[in-house]
Amino acid sequence: MTTELSVARGRGAEPRPPRRDDNDDIGSGKLSWRYRLTNLDVKVSPYLYIAPFFILFAVVGLFPLLYTAYISLFEWELGADEQPFIGIDNYTTLLADSQFWNAMVNTFSIFAISTIPQVIIAVLLAALLNTALRGRTGWRMGVLLPYVASLVALTIIFGDLFGVQYGTINNIIEFFGFDRIDWQADRWWSHVAIATMVNWRWTGYNALIVLAAMQAIPRDVYEAAWVDGASKARQFISITLPMLRPTLIFVVVTSTIGGLQIFTEPLLFSPSAGANGGATNQYQTVVLYMYQAGFQSQDLGYASAMAWVLFIVIIAIAGINFLLTRRLASSGEA
Amino acid sequence: MATITDRPAPTAGGTTPAKRRRSKSVSLSERRPGFTVYGILIAFILGSAFPFYWSFLVASHDDATFTAEAPLLPGGQFFVNAGRVFDTIPFWKALGNSVIVSGTVTVSVVVLSTLAGFAFAKLRFKGRGPLMVFVVATLAVPTQLGIIPLYMVMAEYGWSGTLGAVIVPNLVTAFGVFWMRQYIADAVPDELIEAARMDGCSMIRTFWHVCLPAVRPAAAMLGIFTFMMSWNDFLWPLIVLNADNPTMQVALEKLQSGYYVDKTLVLAGTTMATVPILIVFLVLGRQIVAGIMQGAVKG
Repeated sequence: MTTELSVARGRGAEPRPPRRDDNDDIGSGKLSWRYRLTNLDVKVSPYLYIAPFFILFAVVGLFPLLYTAYISLFEWELGADEQPFIGIDNYTTLLADSQFWNAMVNTFSIFAISTIPQVIIAVLLAALLNTALRGRTGWRMGVLLPYVASLVALTIIFGDLFGVQYGTINNIIEFFGFDRIDWQADRWWSHVAIATMVNWRWTGYNALIVLAAMQAIPRDVYEAAWVDGASKARQFISITLPMLRPTLIFVVVTSTIGGLQIFTEPLLFSPSAGANGGATNQYQTVVLYMYQAGFQSQDLGYASAMAWVLFIVIIAIAGINFLLTRRLASSGEA
Repeated sequence: MATITDRPAPTAGGTTPAKRRRSKSVSLSERRPGFTVYGILIAFILGSAFPFYWSFLVASHDDATFTAEAPLLPGGQFFVNAGRVFDTIPFWKALGNSVIVSGTVTVSVVVLSTLAGFAFAKLRFKGRGPLMVFVVATLAVPTQLGIIPLYMVMAEYGWSGTLGAVIVPNLVTAFGVFWMRQYIADAVPDELIEAARMDGCSMIRTFWHVCLPAVRPAAAMLGIFTFMMSWNDFLWPLIVLNADNPTMQVALEKLQSGYYVDKTLVLAGTTMATVPILIVFLVLGRQIVAGIMQGAVKG
């Protein structure tokens, strides 16, 4: 972008960037020309360097989101000749649509049973990894293994493991003398199965984040506690956990933004169900319903309304999280 | 991180009182863990690895044998199943497409993010603070929800079905800009940049000769993460690409959603799609671990 500037200026006698704009008095001809170029370079370059991000975000981030709001006011069918304006009709239909509320409940249910156990196990796992293990890096890589696997491949594999008739997990359950579980037809168990995939994938990753935070806790705090006779368990509860709070909140916030947009797992959980999310939509999530309405039923206006409602929900929850973080962080310092 | 790594294991006995107290207090958390800890970790890692093994196990048998005998050891049918994968989906094309998409996105994200990070960390310009806040704020924006208009735009301009439609929206990320800014702010001394400017370097040459060499480790990590994220991207490619010109993830979905589901075939596909990424992990796993832990502390 700016190569012509640097080539034009070269290694001149006066290479220092001028401090003021009015450099015409320094000399005429070549020298002043160089000043102007240098000046331009200093002033314009930063904007050129950051421009790609802002332009791209405007085109593929901001504009689509705003345009989604616009489309949601129309009856906008893919390939239709005209798109009549219908105001907020899509929204009133949506809020009365039991399938949408069902999807909302499913999304939050899967989100809750994937986030809460995940954070707890991640903290415990981090505590184990924080001991003086032999071959430290090997263990860390080991727990991170699921994170690198392709989500689509792993969802397909888990879908097979959770199979009702021949699935390995049901075989194991039966081996221990329990009844087979219908992982697909039963609403609650299908959520557990999907949450298991999420947990399996992200627990190790979050454990490493928590581990990094644990190692940042100053050692003398523990030494002081030890002098005062605090047990290890007591130290963990009274020192480690409070000092991990900001990190835990960070983990929860990031998994909120991702978790509420969960799509791949419910889509691929059962090969036959597809975007329905089960025969009675028992594990259809909001993004999955949006995909179905927009790209299978071709009703882009309705899908846009759905996207926009979910957008507001996510931003609201992120905002609540943010406020909560600030309050908790300040109370944690006391 | 390094503080703990570098500490030698505490030695017992024969020390001065002060030393003993220290070694004892350190030993509270530094004592070599017992079998329980190793046992739990091994169980966890076996659980982590099991689905991979399962995928290969199923893929190495034929359907009838697998259903009838439920074997626990791999059989010899893997290459037969792999051959059927090649017949069912355009595997090599999908693999090539994924490499092209992820490779292009990675190079672009690293270069453009480093450039923007350099400007935000080291250059003075009007509006720097608010613009950086804006970048961070966009991290929380679920842009995935804008796919409907994005699809309409791509269809309008004839981009749907092409790799460009998958590449262009990901050419630079807020995460990348933020990550590089944090690193450059610490890793590149202001004096070095001023010295280069004194010597007559233009902005872009200062960036190229001073900033870039200093930020290689962070750029490499950003590259690894971007590659993995791009490789796993699914919803958008599924919408905008078709079965003839898919990425690996889209091809796998097509493989699974066939009319007759043969699990040895499908899991042969997932195994084949997973192996390249596992190899990358074995080679770069150490850096990935370090990257996650550094990011956690800085972020």
